[in-house]
Amino acid sequence: MRFAGLIHIAWRSLARNKMRSFLTMLGVIIGVAAVIAMLAVGRGAGETMNSSIAGLGSNVINVFPGSRTQGPARMEAGASSRFREEDVAAVRKEAGAILYITPVARSQAQLKAGGQNWRTSVLGAYPEYLSIRQWPLTSGAAYTVSEERGAAKVCVIGRTVADNLFGAGSDPTGLSVRINNLPFRILGVLESKGQNSFGQDQDDIVLAPFSTVQKKVLGNLYVSSMMASAVSEAAMPEAAQQITEILLRRLRLPPGAEPDFTVRTQTEIAAAANAISGALTVLLSSIAGISLLVGGIGIMNIMLVSVTERTREIGLRLAVGARGRDILLQFLVEAMAISLVGGLIGVGLGIGVAAVLAGAQGWAVKVSVSSVAVAFAFSAATGMFFGWWPARKAARLNPIDALRYE
Amino acid sequence: MTALLAVKGLVKTYQLGETTVHALQGVDLQIERGEFVAIGGPSGSGKSTLMNILGCLDVPDSGEYRLDGEPVQDLGADELARVRNRKLGFVFQSFNLLARTTALENVELPLLYRGEVSPAQAQERALESLAKVGLQERAQHYPNQLSGGQQQRVAIARSMVNDPVLILADEPTGNLDTRTSLEIMQVFQDLNANGITIVLVTHEPDIAVFAKRQVVVRDGKITRDEPTPNVSNAREELAKFPLVEAAASPTEPLLVGKAD
Repeated sequence: MRFAGLIHIAWRSLARNKMRSFLTMLGVIIGVAAVIAMLAVGRGAGETMNSSIAGLGSNVINVFPGSRTQGPARMEAGASSRFREEDVAAVRKEAGAILYITPVARSQAQLKAGGQNWRTSVLGAYPEYLSIRQWPLTSGAAYTVSEERGAAKVCVIGRTVADNLFGAGSDPTGLSVRINNLPFRILGVLESKGQNSFGQDQDDIVLAPFSTVQKKVLGNLYVSSMMASAVSEAAMPEAAQQITEILLRRLRLPPGAEPDFTVRTQTEIAAAANAISGALTVLLSSIAGISLLVGGIGIMNIMLVSVTERTREIGLRLAVGARGRDILLQFLVEAMAISLVGGLIGVGLGIGVAAVLAGAQGWAVKVSVSSVAVAFAFSAATGMFFGWWPARKAARLNPIDALRYE
Repeated sequence: MTALLAVKGLVKTYQLGETTVHALQGVDLQIERGEFVAIGGPSGSGKSTLMNILGCLDVPDSGEYRLDGEPVQDLGADELARVRNRKLGFVFQSFNLLARTTALENVELPLLYRGEVSPAQAQERALESLAKVGLQERAQHYPNQLSGGQQQRVAIARSMVNDPVLILADEPTGNLDTRTSLEIMQVFQDLNANGITIVLVTHEPDIAVFAKRQVVVRDGKITRDEPTPNVSNAREELAKFPLVEAAASPTEPLLVGKAD
């Protein structure tokens, strides 16, 4: 029997029961639409989550100078202060997996403005620091590269510092503050980040150009640490590896020597993020899978009804020369037609639902080509799988009994 | 010349609950090309079982069946399907037309399973077949738009579309009134006059008289097998029949292009 003939027969039999075919299809439509919308939402949620986790610093690499042993006493990490600004420049130039890098100089200082004073940590870093930490400003702007080069006495301050020196909710942009009695101009206020995971107030900070802090506040030539971000989360290990290699070479350590510094990534945050996004994917795909399964059972149910209802037709077809496999194919093609047409409609509906959700929630809902392909392939497989048994039942009917069936 | 159809020593038993039904207990029968045979007998005599075996819908427990040179008892399921498709035509008591399917498409059905026929050829042959039973004008009608007699003629057209060597009709007039029955018997007589072999299963003696030969089955055995003494002519019987109901049903040529 010709395949075109099979398609024709299947089409006619579905068209004969339009409402029933549509309702059967609805199961598949909802299943496929659910898969696509769920995966799109899951992907969007994953991306949203990744960017907020990146904001926590999962993308951040810290490089600390190693501890130094002076006689029997081992000094704390950073005590040797052996990095120089040139090391930072070298890493920036050579490490391909690095997106941003900055030297960091840390100091504690007494701040004075108006009648208030406040002790806080002053951090000297390149303007890239804000990009690495994904830290926007609520008002004003960060200092520029030329202010960095010129060791300008400018700074941006954290929310806590602004509140304590200028009053809660104030905007001191453009005002002046004295840091260790040196006058600094406030260029902007950092957005509040709240406490970090160790309960430390991240907003209790003043950020100034690295050169300014190094020369005018600390008065030395060393870099207390480096902070970098990788081009992507996936590139983190590679970035860390590159930094290690470059620094080993620059510090002239013999090959195979224990590095005299520490490259630290926030792997536990990244691992937690991966675990959450993995769980989310499992959750969403099981919901989607269940709806496809239910759709498939719907197909099987209707195909079984259809086989019973058309027993005499099957008997007649067998009598006029249909072989068992012609009947099997006929019913299988019908089941496939339901699932494929349902799958197509479901793809359209799923994309629509994803778009509506994206609009309503403001999420980054993204329909991927692969999710559409997977959903469609699954709907076809569902039709095949759940159509098989009823079709086989039809093909195995005894023509005599089938012809006499009432 | 070998017979078109020859069965020898057919035996078939069924298990119905706890009772064993000996449906056929050694049946021998030969049918030559061009014959018109009526198989009769009371219900439960085994004539339906014989019909099913002759129609390759069922296989005997033992015995031989040779149809048009093929040893049917040795064939597998797919081969039997091929024999049904190419060599046999079926006409049933309840017409068995596909609902919501035009007369033309119903007639085309056996050709669909033949495989080597293009859709255009299939349509052409189906139209020819419908024309032989005088229904070419109703090709696009659905079964529910046709009278019982017309539906049975569509079924006859379907049985002929593959040029079978044998048409098997199982109580073809069982659901029809007397006048329509006569019309159907006239179609069969005309087909037989054109050389088509027909085996008709009926328990009505006044239908059997239109066949040229009568076989009676009783208790699973053939008890009578003889030529019909006076074969009735359906056309003449129809002429004698009062035309009371005929006014209500549309008249159309019963068989066109028939050789007299």
